[in-house]
Parts: sequence; C-alpha cells; structure tokens
Amino acid sequence: MSLVTQRNSIIPGFGLTLGYTLVYLGAIVLLPLAALVLKASDLGLSGLWSIAAEPRIFAALRTSFTLALAAAAVNVVFGGIVAWVLTRYEFPGRRLLDAAVDLPFALPTAVAGISLAAIYAPNGWIGALIAPLGWQVAYTPLGIVVALVFIGLPFIVRTVQPVIVELQQDVEEASASLGATRLQTLYRVVLPALTPALLTGFALAFARGVGEYGSVIFIAGNLPFVSEIAPLLIVVKLEEFNYAGATAIAVWMLAISFFILLAINLIQAWSRRRFGNV
Amino acid sequence: MSDAAAGLTTPIEEPWLATKAANVRRARSPVTGEGPILAGVLIGVTILFLALFLILPLAVVFYEAFRNGASAYWAALTEPDARAAIGLTLLVAAIAVPANIVFGLAAAWAIAKFRFPGKSFLITLIDLPFSVSPVVAGLMYVLLFGAQGMFGPWLKAHHFSIIFATPGIVLATIFVTFPFVARELIALMEDQGTTDEEVALSLGAGGITTFLRVTLPNIKWALLYGVLLCNARAMGEFGAVSVVSGHIRGLTNTMPLQVEILYNEYNISAAFAVASLLALLALVTLVVKSVLESRFNDALPGKARGH
Repeated sequence: MSLVTQRNSIIPGFGLTLGYTLVYLGAIVLLPLAALVLKASDLGLSGLWSIAAEPRIFAALRTSFTLALAAAAVNVVFGGIVAWVLTRYEFPGRRLLDAAVDLPFALPTAVAGISLAAIYAPNGWIGALIAPLGWQVAYTPLGIVVALVFIGLPFIVRTVQPVIVELQQDVEEASASLGATRLQTLYRVVLPALTPALLTGFALAFARGVGEYGSVIFIAGNLPFVSEIAPLLIVVKLEEFNYAGATAIAVWMLAISFFILLAINLIQAWSRRRFGNV
Repeated sequence: MSDAAAGLTTPIEEPWLATKAANVRRARSPVTGEGPILAGVLIGVTILFLALFLILPLAVVFYEAFRNGASAYWAALTEPDARAAIGLTLLVAAIAVPANIVFGLAAAWAIAKFRFPGKSFLITLIDLPFSVSPVVAGLMYVLLFGAQGMFGPWLKAHHFSIIFATPGIVLATIFVTFPFVARELIALMEDQGTTDEEVALSLGAGGITTFLRVTLPNIKWALLYGVLLCNARAMGEFGAVSVVSGHIRGLTNTMPLQVEILYNEYNISAAFAVASLLALLALVTLVVKSVLESRFNDALPGKARGH
C-alpha cells in the first residue's frame, strides 16, 4: 500500500512517519492492552464471573456505575442550563465563567479531590453550613456524586455549546409567531434540537465518571459496600498483588461501560431520526 | 477487545479539544429571548452552580495553602520530599511531552499528507487512551512489567525496574497524554492539505527544509496548543501514576502523589501548598489557552472534528 501511495505523491517521509507512528502506538498503547486481554483470557469467562460475584467487588461496580449515571444526569440539567446561558446571554463575568468551565480538565484530579473534600467536610465551608441540618456530603456516596459532577461538567457544556451557536433562531421566531409561549418554544423546539448533543455529553461524562479516581477517593470515605468505587478496588487488589482480581474488575468496567455507551448511541441514533439531525 | 470496541463507537474526547471559541450571535429578536424573570433565574442558576463547583474549589486551595502563613507555605514547598516531588514531576513532563510531540508530528504527517487504507481506524486507536480509565492504564503496565507481570522475571534478572520506578511513571504519563498533540495536528493538517508542501518541493526544497520552513510555521500555534494541554495533564496525572509509582518518598513521588501522602497524614496545609502549585499551573494553562483561542483561532483546527 505504501508503494502505491508513494507513487501518487511527491511528498517524502511516508514510510518513516507511518512506521514510527505504528511502532510507537504499538509499544505505548497496543502492547499494554494486549497484556490486559491476555491476562483476562487466562481467567476465562467463569473466572471473570466468579470474581465479579464477590460481594465487595459487585458492590464497588454497582457504586461506580450508578453514581456515574446520577452525576451525568445532574450535569445534563445544570450543564445544559450553563451552556445555554453562557452562549445566549451577556452579563458581567460571562467570559471569565466561560473560560472557567475548562477548569476540571486543567486542575489535576488530586487537587480537585482534596479541595472538594475540604469544602464538604463537616468542618468545611459548605459542610459546616449543612451539618446543622443533619446533612453530610463528604465521606458518603453523595460526596462521590459531587466529585463526578465537577469532573463531568465540561463534557456537557462543551458538547452542547456549539450546537446552541448553530441553532437557527428563525425557527424560534417561527414558533413564537405561531403563538407558542417562550417555555413551549424552549421545551418543544429548542430542547429536541439539543437532545442529541445532550446525550453525547451525557455519555462522555458518564464514561469519564466511571473511570475517575483522583478526585473521588478523597471525598468518598472509601467504605467497602457503601462508598468504595471500582477503580479504587483495582488499586487495592494491586497492592495485594492480586493481579487476577484487578484485571477482572478492569474488564468488567470496560465491558459494562461499552454496553451502556452502546445503548446511549442507539438512543442517540433514534433521537436524531426522531428530532432531525442537528 | 471490549475496550477497543468502545473506542470505536464513542471515542472519549477531551471536551476542551472539541470546542474552540466560536463567534456567537447574541443579538436576538425580542421573541427569541426569555422573559426577565426566567432569564434572571437561568443566569442566577448558572452563576451559583459555577461558583459552587468551579470557583469555590479553586479558592479553597489557596486559602488552605496560606492558612498558616506565608513562611509555613514556603517551608512546605522547600522541604526535601516536596522538592524531590517537584523535580520528578518536571523530569517526567520533560520526557513525556517531547516524546508525544515527536509522535504527534510523525502521526500527523503520515495521516494528513497521505492517503492509505485503515486511516480512520488508526485515528481511533490514537484516541484510545482517552477512553481508558487512568487506573486501568496503570494496571496494564503493571501486568506487563510488574513483579509477576509478563516481562517481570526478565527485568528482575537484568536488574532493571520499570514499575515502582521512574520509567514506569514516564510510561504511564506518556499513555494518558498520548493523543493530545497528535489530535490537534491531525485535525489542522488535514484541513490545510498538501499544496504548500508540494509547491516547496517542486521549487526544489528538500523534505527536511520543507517541513521546517513550510509545514512548521503553518502548524506552530496548534502545536503549542496541543503541547499546553499535554503538559498540563502530564504534570497533573494522578490515577495512572499512582498505580505504577509505589509511593516511595523522595524517589517515586510526583507532585500529585505528594499531595495525596501529605493529605493522608493530616498535614493539610502542606498538602494544599503543593496543590497550590498545581492549581497555579492549571490557571496559567487556562489563560494561555484562552489567549491562543482568541488571538490565533484561525491557526487552530476548527470544529471539523465535532461529534
């Protein structure tokens, strides 16, 4: 194939650059991936199954997936509002807030983790405010949701913003001129147009949330069966040199993520057909 | 298997790569705006939510760092283990970032300047590290090079350690920052096409000269953008590095790991002092990123890569 390509182009360096790309990709990404697949195939399906059925591992997987879904759902609502306001409104500080949306990506996760834990700890800025009400966020599953909302926010906002920019405002004008109230227009015209992007953002935030580690472990409390996430359990298994257990949890995380993302993709394809391609 | 397939269906993009500053049409006709009450509620919710989830966590880092005064802050940063952690973080970034720059340039040249079968599959594979949990990334390297890993016995026989040593930290960091530079350059160079290079070559320039005098000036801002994001992640990576590092004080602790250790020892203000350096790095990254987006938006890849 390279010979054909070389003949068509006077640009040099195809063999060298593609060769280097493939070797580097193979060494850094594919070789480690192969090690994981090989280790998992050693265990076999029955081995993978019996490890996932261990109560503590099952509980950790359930915690990770349900809380990542919950946090992504919170982000769809608030991230959607944030994207709408930052795109459609002008107010003092808007540009600053818009730039700050990327903070969860620029801020190292460990830093986010300890600062969220400090804020929501019973003696923290917010923790002390809500403690008299009998509420506790840090060291409970709710704390994990807070951390995952922080981590997932830019996924929703940055996915939805360009779609809002591209919205044809004449459609909204048409809706209004046909007698719809503004709320009806938002709900029946704008929201359907944003649905595919919101779903994409949801999927990205969810996938990131399932694998998130650094920002979660400080605020989670890490109580087995209650607030222990699957990535933490991988670390625990590795510290016990239980490579098989760690591999099985990783494989289950990847497999369940894959099926949930597949389901979201199907819903998305349906919503694109239903509401038109945006 | 499943993870590769997951990469195929939904490549996990870093959203800050997905959106460049866009020219927004805010001028609206009266009927396409919300009424004053609804508008006020929406703006209020936005400001409150972002203040709560973005501004407050950032503020608390600096507040806690300086809580015991500037001298305690300075002492925490100049303490030997902290200095070693800062040195290791700089060293790791100094290896991982250039490695990914060379790779990004090579991959973008091969993918953007030539046609060959399997190109989109190759791009999917390059994006793959974004869809793997950092902890799983670390685990994969342990399975390869750990004591009971595939190459473990061989490494032990040759008195060379990768896991619980600097090489493993560098490898894990390269893995998690793998796609940053390549993605930026592939997107931009595919938009730019091959005409400029063909003109230079037909006028008699050599391959190296063409790259240095024609291609590089065309892509320099996008390259800087990719390097900026790559570096921020390289210095801040926690999960993957935590798995392969072994947390040996003064030896294999990077700055984020040092933050963790200090925090777990209830040495809170020292933990936040080290964390404040990382937060400062994040702020500088965001500012430079905003400047690049507003001043050189034309020289960065557009929204071509959208979902």
